[in-house]
Amino acid sequence: MSEPLHTVYVPRDAAALSVGADETAAAIRAEATRRGIPLRIVRNGSRGMLWLETLVEVETPEGRVAYGPVMAEDVAGLFDAGFLEGADHALTHGLTEKIPYFAKQERLTFARCGIIDPLSVEDYRLHGGFRGLERALAMTPAEIVTEVTESGLRGRGGAGFPTGIKWNTVLNAKADQKYICCNADEGDSGTFADRMIMEGDPFCLIEGMTIAAIAVGATEGYIYIRSEYPHAVATMREAIRLAYDEKWLGDEIHGTGHRFHLDVRVGAGAYICGEETSMLESLEGKRGTVRAKPPLPALEGLFGKPTIVNNVLSLTSVPIILDKGANHYRDFGVGRSRGTLAFQLAGNIKHGGIVEKAFGVTLHELLYEFGGGTITGRPIRAVQAGGPLGAYLPPSLFELPKDYEAFAAVEAMVGHGGIVVFDDSVDMARQARFAMEFCAAESCGKCTPCRIGAVRGVEVMDRIIAGDKVAANITLLNDLCEVMTDGSLCAMGGMTPIPVRSALKHFPEDFTRSPAAVAAE
Amino acid sequence: MNARSPWSEDRATAVIAANRHLRGALLPMLHALQEEFGCIDEEAIPLLARELNLSRADVHGVVSFYHEFRRSRPGRHTIKVCRAEACQSMNADGLIDHIRRRLKVDFHETTADDAFSLEPVFCLGNCALAPAVMVDETLHGRVSPARFDAIAASTLATEAAR
Repeated sequence: MSEPLHTVYVPRDAAALSVGADETAAAIRAEATRRGIPLRIVRNGSRGMLWLETLVEVETPEGRVAYGPVMAEDVAGLFDAGFLEGADHALTHGLTEKIPYFAKQERLTFARCGIIDPLSVEDYRLHGGFRGLERALAMTPAEIVTEVTESGLRGRGGAGFPTGIKWNTVLNAKADQKYICCNADEGDSGTFADRMIMEGDPFCLIEGMTIAAIAVGATEGYIYIRSEYPHAVATMREAIRLAYDEKWLGDEIHGTGHRFHLDVRVGAGAYICGEETSMLESLEGKRGTVRAKPPLPALEGLFGKPTIVNNVLSLTSVPIILDKGANHYRDFGVGRSRGTLAFQLAGNIKHGGIVEKAFGVTLHELLYEFGGGTITGRPIRAVQAGGPLGAYLPPSLFELPKDYEAFAAVEAMVGHGGIVVFDDSVDMARQARFAMEFCAAESCGKCTPCRIGAVRGVEVMDRIIAGDKVAANITLLNDLCEVMTDGSLCAMGGMTPIPVRSALKHFPEDFTRSPAAVAAE
Repeated sequence: MNARSPWSEDRATAVIAANRHLRGALLPMLHALQEEFGCIDEEAIPLLARELNLSRADVHGVVSFYHEFRRSRPGRHTIKVCRAEACQSMNADGLIDHIRRRLKVDFHETTADDAFSLEPVFCLGNCALAPAVMVDETLHGRVSPARFDAIAASTLATEAAR
C-alpha cells in the first residue's frame, strides 16, 4: 500500500445506531472498496452531540474533522468532496474539538467517551486508562477512601450522598465477604449518560469498580443493567471478558494479591429496581421490593453482606480522581457540589446530548447556549429536571445554578442530571397526571401511600382535568401529596408529589379549568 | 425476531441447569427461558421452584413482578414504544395513536397476522432523539409516523428475505 491508510470514526452508540450509524458505516466501507481506497473504520462511542449523529470523524494531521449528521445516502458525496482529507462539505463542522458545544465542556468522566474504540484495551491505556487503578494498587485501602472523600464526590445517582463516607462505612465493616454493586438501572426519562459511558468507555466503569473493591476489601461485584439497554449489556460483557484476558480482573490483578470478580446482571423492566434496596432484592433473584432502612446496604447489603451500591457515573468518576488526585477533581464545582456532572439535554431540544460541566452552570446556559432552545422553534415553557420524580421548572427559575443545595432550596433536584424540555404546547395538568400514572405503574407495592396513593392521584387529576369541583379536588390533591411524601417507604412514592406540586405551583393556570371550557375542547 | 421454540421440558431443564452456578439465579434463568421460548411457560414454574428450592408462589411472584416477563408467546416481533416524559415532549402520544391505528392493536396485544406485539416502555435511553421506538433489539430515534411505517415495512421485508 503506497497510499496512507485513512482512519474514519463512526459511532456504535445506541443513539447513533438509532438514526442509522450502521448503515452509514456500511456505506463508507462499500464506497471505499468501490474506489479502491484503503480505509480503517473505528466504531467509537458517541461524543454526545446527539443531534449530529451519525457524527462521522476523519483523522487528519490537524485533528479529527467532524461531518454530521451523515446518512448512508450522503456518503458518496462526501467522498467526492474529499472528506478523507478533511475537505469542506455542507455537512462539515470543522475540527470536532473546536465545535463550541464540545469545546466549552469540562470533560473529566467522559474524557475518553467518543474518542476511543470502546473495546480496545490498548486504546484505553493510550488515553490514560488504568492509571488510577495502578496508583490504587500501590495505596492502602484507607488511603484510597481518603482520596475519594477529599475529592468531594457525591453519589451521581441522584441522592448526592458523599461517596467517601459510604465507602468508609463498608471499609470498616467486618465481614467474610463484601460486594460492589453498580446501579446501572438508568430508568429516569431524560437520562442516558450511564448508557453512553457503558457503551463508549466500558473499561472506565470496570476500573472504577475495581478501585472501589480494593478500597473496601470486596472481591465480587455486579453491574445491574436495565433490560432496555441491550447494547450496553453486550458492550459491558465483552469489556469484562477482555479485562479478564488482560488480568485487570480475576484472581491476581496484575500480579498483585488483589482479587476481583465482576459480572453483569440484567433487570427486567421495573423502574423501582433503580432504588438501591430494590436492586439488591432483584440481584438476589427476588421481587424488586424496597427494603426498610436501616440496616444500610453498606452494612447489610447484597446477600446480607456489606455492599457498596454506587451509580455508574459515581464509579466512572473514580479513576480520574485516583489518577489526578482529589484536589484536581474538587477544584471543579461550587459550594458542596464538587466536580462535574454529565448533564443530559433531552426532549424538545434543538441540540440534545451530553454536556459535562462543573456544578454551578445554570439551566439557562444549558438550555440556550448549549441546547439552542426547542427543536420545534417554539418558546420553552417548562423543563423537568432530575427525572420523572423531579420538579417541573418555569423560565423564571432558569438562572438557577446547578448545585444540589440551590436546587433543594426551590424544592427541585439535580438528580442524575437529566433535563427534559417542553415547549409551550405542553399541558401541565396532564404532566401532573402522568407523574401519578407512572408511580401507579411502577410502584413496588410494598407500602400503601405509594401503591394506593398514586392510583387515587390519577383519579383526582382526572377530575381536575374534567373541570369537576376543581378547588376541592386541588385541596384533596395537596393532602394526598402530603401523605405520599411523609408516609412512603422510599423515594418512589415520597417524591412523586414533587413533579405534581411543582406543576401546580408554577403552572396553576393549567389546573383551573371550568367544565364549560373542558366541554368545548 | 422473537424466539419461537415450542415448549420442551428437556430444553427448559437444560437452560435452567446452565444458570445453576449463579447466585441469585432466578432472574438469569427467567431471561434465558424467555429467550428460548419467547415467554415464561406456565410449566416452567414448578421446574424453577424445584431447582431453587422455592415455592411455586415465590416463582410466580417474581415472574409477575417484572414488566419484561411475559406469560404468553409474543408475535414474531416486539415493538416497544417509549411513553415517558422526554418522548411525550416530542408528541409520543400522537405517534402511539398512529401505531395503534396502523397495527390495529392496543398495548399488550399482538396483531392478527402474529407479526407484531406492541408494548409500552418508560424510557429507552434515547431521550435526545425522541420519540423512540425499539423493534426487537433495534433502537430507532426521531420516529415520525411515516418513519414508523417504513420501519415496520422493512422489518417484514427482512423477514421475507430470509
